[in-house]
Amino acid sequence: MSTTDTIENTGATHSHGSHGHGSYLTSSKGLLSWAFTLDHKRIGLMYLCSVVLFFIVAGVLALGVRLELMTPAGDTFSPDTYNKMFTLHGAIMIFLFIIPSIPASLGNIVLPLMLGAKDVAFPRLNLASFHIYVIGACFLLYSLLAGGIDTGWTFYTPYSSESGTAVVSALLGAFILGFSSILTGMNFMVTIHKLRAPGMSWTKMPLIMWSMYGTGLMQILATPVLAITLLLLVLERTYGIGIFTPSLGGDPVLFQHFFWFYSHPAVYIMILPAMGVISELITVHSQKNIFGYKAIAYSSLAIAVISFLVWGHHMFVSGQSEIASAVFSFLTFAVAVPTAIKVFSWVATLYRGSIVLNTPMLYTLAFLALFTIGGLTGLFLGTLATDVHLHDTYFVVAHFHYVMMGGTFIAFLGGLHHWWPKFTGKQYNEALGRFCAVMIFLGFNVTFFSQFMLGSQGMPRRYHAYDKVSADLLPTFEMWHRTSSIGSFILGSALFIVLFYLLHSLFRGKPAAKNPWGGKTLEWQTESPPITHNFATDPVCEHGPYDFDVIEGADDHHGQAADKRG
Amino acid sequence: MAHLLTLMTGPQPEPAMWLPTAASSQAADVDGLFHFILYLCTFFFVLIMALMVYFVVKYRRKSATQKTSAVSGSHKLEIAWSVIPTLLLVVIFFWGFKGWMNLNVPPEDALEIRVLGKKWSWEFDYPYNGVSGAGELVVPVNQPVKLIMSSQDVIHSFYVPAFRIKRDVVPNRYSVLWFNPTKKGTFDVFCTEYCGTSHSQMLSRVKVVSRDDFKKWAETGGGMDGLSPVELGKKLFSSKGCVACHSITDDRMAKPGPALGKRFGKMEEMSTGEMVKVDENYVRESIRNSTAKIVKGYAPVMPPFPASSVSDRQLNALIDYIKSLK
Ligand code: HEC
Ligand SMILES: [Cu+2]
Ligand SMILES: [Cu+2]
Repeated sequence: MSTTDTIENTGATHSHGSHGHGSYLTSSKGLLSWAFTLDHKRIGLMYLCSVVLFFIVAGVLALGVRLELMTPAGDTFSPDTYNKMFTLHGAIMIFLFIIPSIPASLGNIVLPLMLGAKDVAFPRLNLASFHIYVIGACFLLYSLLAGGIDTGWTFYTPYSSESGTAVVSALLGAFILGFSSILTGMNFMVTIHKLRAPGMSWTKMPLIMWSMYGTGLMQILATPVLAITLLLLVLERTYGIGIFTPSLGGDPVLFQHFFWFYSHPAVYIMILPAMGVISELITVHSQKNIFGYKAIAYSSLAIAVISFLVWGHHMFVSGQSEIASAVFSFLTFAVAVPTAIKVFSWVATLYRGSIVLNTPMLYTLAFLALFTIGGLTGLFLGTLATDVHLHDTYFVVAHFHYVMMGGTFIAFLGGLHHWWPKFTGKQYNEALGRFCAVMIFLGFNVTFFSQFMLGSQGMPRRYHAYDKVSADLLPTFEMWHRTSSIGSFILGSALFIVLFYLLHSLFRGKPAAKNPWGGKTLEWQTESPPITHNFATDPVCEHGPYDFDVIEGADDHHGQAADKRG
Repeated sequence: MAHLLTLMTGPQPEPAMWLPTAASSQAADVDGLFHFILYLCTFFFVLIMALMVYFVVKYRRKSATQKTSAVSGSHKLEIAWSVIPTLLLVVIFFWGFKGWMNLNVPPEDALEIRVLGKKWSWEFDYPYNGVSGAGELVVPVNQPVKLIMSSQDVIHSFYVPAFRIKRDVVPNRYSVLWFNPTKKGTFDVFCTEYCGTSHSQMLSRVKVVSRDDFKKWAETGGGMDGLSPVELGKKLFSSKGCVACHSITDDRMAKPGPALGKRFGKMEEMSTGEMVKVDENYVRESIRNSTAKIVKGYAPVMPPFPASSVSDRQLNALIDYIKSLK
């Protein structure tokens, strides 16, 4: 496919015709020019603002949860309020923050740029995906305002079919959000297939494309299962049709199967894009070719495929058959291998590089440490005999926070700092950036490593109070809960500083260079911020994405800013 | 395997650091595996971090024109780091599988006890006359015990950290769990499947006692015989799960039901606006037919306790106890 097709496909963006060569941020003005824009960068930016907003809402809820657990007695919030807080924390973080975070916000902004395309394959669908996201978010917010929901983000039946809280609107919200996710995934897959710049073969694509492709695949295949499941639950609640509830003749364990059939792949929908981001960051900030391009690329696909076959590892103690559990455990270990390959390859990439410890790189290193802990602790949970003890304790909570927050969220922050100069055209305060990266890393570990201790000692999750446990366990629980809460306050404060200096840079930041880090991928060849049509002349891909050694100084935008900093 | 296990894990250095007291025959195996994985993970984590830090220090950018290497992979290395983890994972899997079978196959001679989970308490029924509805699980030491569990409402999960066992308790089906307690003492029981408002109050204890003490306990109707009505009422109040919803002081603590301290003899407003005196008959009706009158400001969530679950004698004891809460 040639680039002329691209222009036709995205003809819609031509409505701004004459503005096509100005910055995408200022080419047209007014609220409507944003709300109905077909420009992937603007859509990405709107996604970015929304996901950050929801991250703050859910983060504040998490701080409330930690506040309650500072002391053993349930004396800060009522049990019902507490239950609603952790439910909404989980539901908002998962459905409104993490799933759209990297693909829909950063991905939307940089994916077409990195491919050398003018836009995604279906700009209108892209806009529709954002509008659907907003509608879904309204449903979830409605259930927050209509008294909250207390089922846990997992909506397990029969509790969720009898809970008196605003369950139906939350279910519909998650249902609607699923479509937004499917549309983004599909759009990216087609874009990757069809809109690569001339010369960009599959193995010359930046690695983030492989992970976006794997993500898209899972979004398209897994999300419909969740949609149907949630819809069935809505039917059960509103019309009393017995599907999952035993008293109506249903089977609650069936719900768990359906739910995890989506939600396990969803774990990889959340982490794969993060892995892609890390592959970009680690190469650019060490000016080094990636180690094992093919291994990393194919392991993304391997993860995407195997992740469909492991959902039962969430149900070892649920009463599913013992043999099924054994099979699921085995397959779970099979996913661990491609994941390990990736980690080893990233570390090996640093070998004989030229490493700068700037903000994006600090986040990358933090990712490697935290994600490795998250991955390794998964072994305890994938192993049958030890999972029995650890299931539904804080060990699991710590494990998935290391993967989701230590992995995806940290990579999101890294990517945000990496591409910030590109899509805002401004440079943030680097000293504050590094300071916060370190504080976030420390705060994170204080918060969540304590939770491994809690969990292995037996502290169950979703407990509002723990003052009635025996004296054998109480002192340990109390100590680690307090540590964890203190960590969360450090983490929260550091994140607020990040928000502050990023916003500050929009108004006071120094203008960013075209290619401040010396990146080799195509997005660094256009202006910062890019023009509406992305590239003034259609780019041609002449070298691999990580050919730092091959074409030295040759290209004129070879990282000036980065050099000064080094 | 067991020998190898003690060799590898040795006398565990700081049991308090990672795992709680181990008090069942299965715990040793689970703990051995836990520590095996822990050491393995620590090894790999330290390896990865050490390399990472070393590279970062060694290859820190010193000049803007610093050349980087063209290495783009190494088949030998890549094969090594795919195959070695795979082999280790297979070992972990089989060890875990072995422990899993052990956790799932109760011995023939196990003592069978029925467990009922309900919002928000556990009830234990013994195969002996009169010992039913106990609020604590009392078992003789070194006697395999098989729990046959069911739920009255939503899904709960029965978890004893000291025994390293856990199993969901699902409505409309039985789930089975077994353990062989090896230490005398009292151990926590937690509900680990979220089940609503007072999920965190759905606690109980396992008391592991000597065989003689167990016999005595069983013969005295689970320690319920020979108690005064108020004492009996007090026991029932916790074993029947009333504590999860009612506090026994007069504070307006945030529990699902009204506080019952200093309540008896007072006037009370119902949701219909009617004023009712809290006397024996009202309390009786509140327990037997809990939805007949709903206290103003509360949801009708209290389950009824018919004679099959609270006998007349027990009902009297409960009323006496509530009366005594001055
Ligand atoms: C699931 C929670 C729950 C459990 C378990 C529960 N109750 Fe209640 N109870 C309530 C609620 C809520 C009310 C107030 C609404 C009503 O009147 O039904 C209440 C009301 C009462 C009242 C009337 C109080 C008043 O101030 O008028 C009494 C007495 C009482 N319960 C006793 C008991 C006893 C005894 C038990 C144990 C056998 C018990 N409850 C178990 C939730 C519970
Ligand atoms: Cu999973
Ligand atoms: Cu529970």
